Amino acid sequence: MFDPFAAALHVMTSGDPEFIRIVLLSLQVTLSALLIAAVIGLPLGALIGIARFPGRSAVIIVLNTFMGLPPVVAGLLIYLMLSRSGPLGPLGLLFTPTAMIIVQTLLILPIVASLTRQVVEDLWADYEEQLRSLGSSRLRAVPTLLWDGRYSLVTALLAGFGRASAEVGAVMIVGGNIAGYTRVMTTAIALETGKGDLALALALGIILMGMTLMLNAGAFGIARLAQRVGG
Amino acid sequence: MRGPASILPLQLRNVGLAIRDRDLLRQIDVELSAGAPTMIMGPNGAGKSLFLRVCHGLIAPTSGSVEWSVPSTRAQAMVMQRPVLLRRSARANLVHALALAGTPRAARGARADEVLERFGLTDIAQRPARLLSGGEQQRLAIARAWALAPQVLFLDEPTSALDPGATRAVEDIIRAIAAEGVKIAMATHDIGQARRLGGEVLFFHSGRLLEKTPAPRFFEHPQTQEAAAYLRGDLLW
Amino acid sequence: MKMFNPKAILAGAFALGILAAPALAQDRFITVASTTSTEQSGLFGHLLPIFRDKTGIDVRVIAQGTGQALKTGENGDADVVFVHDKASEEKFVASGAGVRRFPVMYNDFVIVGPKSDPAGVKGSKDVAASLKKIAGAKAPFASRGDDSGTHKAELRLWKLAGLDPASGGDWYKSTGSGMGPTLNTASSMNAYALTDRATWLSFKNRGDLEISVEGDDRLFNQYGVILVNPDKHAHVKKADGQAFIDWLVSPEGQKAIAEFKIGGEQLFFPSANAS
Repeated sequence: MFDPFAAALHVMTSGDPEFIRIVLLSLQVTLSALLIAAVIGLPLGALIGIARFPGRSAVIIVLNTFMGLPPVVAGLLIYLMLSRSGPLGPLGLLFTPTAMIIVQTLLILPIVASLTRQVVEDLWADYEEQLRSLGSSRLRAVPTLLWDGRYSLVTALLAGFGRASAEVGAVMIVGGNIAGYTRVMTTAIALETGKGDLALALALGIILMGMTLMLNAGAFGIARLAQRVGG
Repeated sequence: MRGPASILPLQLRNVGLAIRDRDLLRQIDVELSAGAPTMIMGPNGAGKSLFLRVCHGLIAPTSGSVEWSVPSTRAQAMVMQRPVLLRRSARANLVHALALAGTPRAARGARADEVLERFGLTDIAQRPARLLSGGEQQRLAIARAWALAPQVLFLDEPTSALDPGATRAVEDIIRAIAAEGVKIAMATHDIGQARRLGGEVLFFHSGRLLEKTPAPRFFEHPQTQEAAAYLRGDLLW
Repeated sequence: MKMFNPKAILAGAFALGILAAPALAQDRFITVASTTSTEQSGLFGHLLPIFRDKTGIDVRVIAQGTGQALKTGENGDADVVFVHDKASEEKFVASGAGVRRFPVMYNDFVIVGPKSDPAGVKGSKDVAASLKKIAGAKAPFASRGDDSGTHKAELRLWKLAGLDPASGGDWYKSTGSGMGPTLNTASSMNAYALTDRATWLSFKNRGDLEISVEGDDRLFNQYGVILVNPDKHAHVKKADGQAFIDWLVSPEGQKAIAEFKIGGEQLFFPSANAS
């Protein structure tokens, strides 16, 4: 019928500027969202992991639930916020890459925070007495635990990256899939599927998976190497 | 050098610790004062580790009081039975502890190097702490505690997992620290070790402090039947 | 200690770079809410570069169904709407959401169906009779079901045929999705479907489908273009949006529309001066 691998190879070697732009925008949006989610989610997850306060269990349950937030719902929420008729309308962010970064951040922040909480909570069980003996407050323990849990936390970040890069519904709604401006790999795949060009759609899917594979392999390799060298 | 205000003696008055209705420490009245190392002895479950933690301030007693003559948590440190070393280099572990102790950033590196040198750990300064041998890890843990310039150093069975060579190295270090005037309070199972290091012995059984006796007398003429049985090697419960 | 790690600083700088990049994109642009048929057929890919070269205005197209596109305009999230459902468009203008409707072009709808033609409608030029036959044969029919211009046109045609397919039964499948996905569905279950010719011609996954019914006047599909009302949304780019509309209905824009072909076949027919 058709050979998607040959088509994938053809697309990759064509050097089509539109294709290159789509790949770069996909990476830009997803990595930006991941960075923001990490900057917020790592300390937030760590704090929830070691803090003791009333309602903590409820916070954890809510956080875990939000890991399963349907992307379309997230997209709709951000759409309603950013629409010119919405509260943040004057910012003019709807149908921009920034809107896509915001919605992806919303989607992966709970994943990063929740997995971080688990890692840090387990670590804290081992470290609490020692760190308190050394005079550390719980707050001061956050950076220490994040750094000592770094190999496990790579997995949390990769999980976030995976969800962000695979996401189509939310970025379609808030990005608009505008050619040359907000079109990313996943929305391009949806578009080509819509046009019935299943070979090209699958080829793009293969390329996207290849990119994710390389990133995962890279992160795994670096973590493994660092672990061997740095304990 | 350590300043005139000694935080000793440490005064425990009628200290009790109960967790889920179980009395783990009962009616402990004791004074720890400056001088030769104090050995905390007794069978498993006697309350040695809990006693150290209550003294160190990690656990608050459920009754009674723990008072230093000068209130300060900074002037005393503890080495755990299984010390937690951070996933970073030996030197970075020291720098981290110094940071927690409030040492100015600029002074930490030099102080860490000085401590490494003092404990003969300079060669392994850059090695990942988690990958060191058991003996090296324990020496690093003691070095980390010592780096905080404590007046009192609590040690919880610091050699229980070490081979004789490493045990000897650790004992030498403890002796040297004691010789600097640091008060040592150390739980140990090893009767020979207590003889080698001890100035006095606190003997615990079932959460009670049964004896506080100068070491030579404890080993020759224990005051209680329980201590005598323990020294004979009988099982106590 | 970690906070001053040079690697972290480098990573931070890199990250700022990726965040800042969108700001560098071209800043003179308008946003047009349009339909899947114009976008997916490649018409915009043909028209927009010509317009940009002439005016320096970048046109960002969001391809939605007509209903959704009008909603986007009503919310003020687009400067111009370019859609194909005359009745809704007139309502849009009447409500004050849009300024004025300009007819631009038309194409036509066709009914596609399986080569085996279980309803026996192949070659017919009477769309109402054909729909009756499809319903009578209970032959599978895939409907957009998404409030798009095509969906509304389809509902009008059923009404014309005197039928209410929604109460018809299993053979009528409402996909609730765009034209492409609906054609994919029709192709995989050998169903009939109403589609605009442009999407059909650029659609690749046809399977066993072919054009069954075409050529009825009632299958004409009028496209209109409307500037979103700047009185309602002050940020609407009135001048640039109107420039785009003016160009579309100008002789030059109309010629560009006529010149767009797929496989040698003209897809859209200029109609700025008609109706």
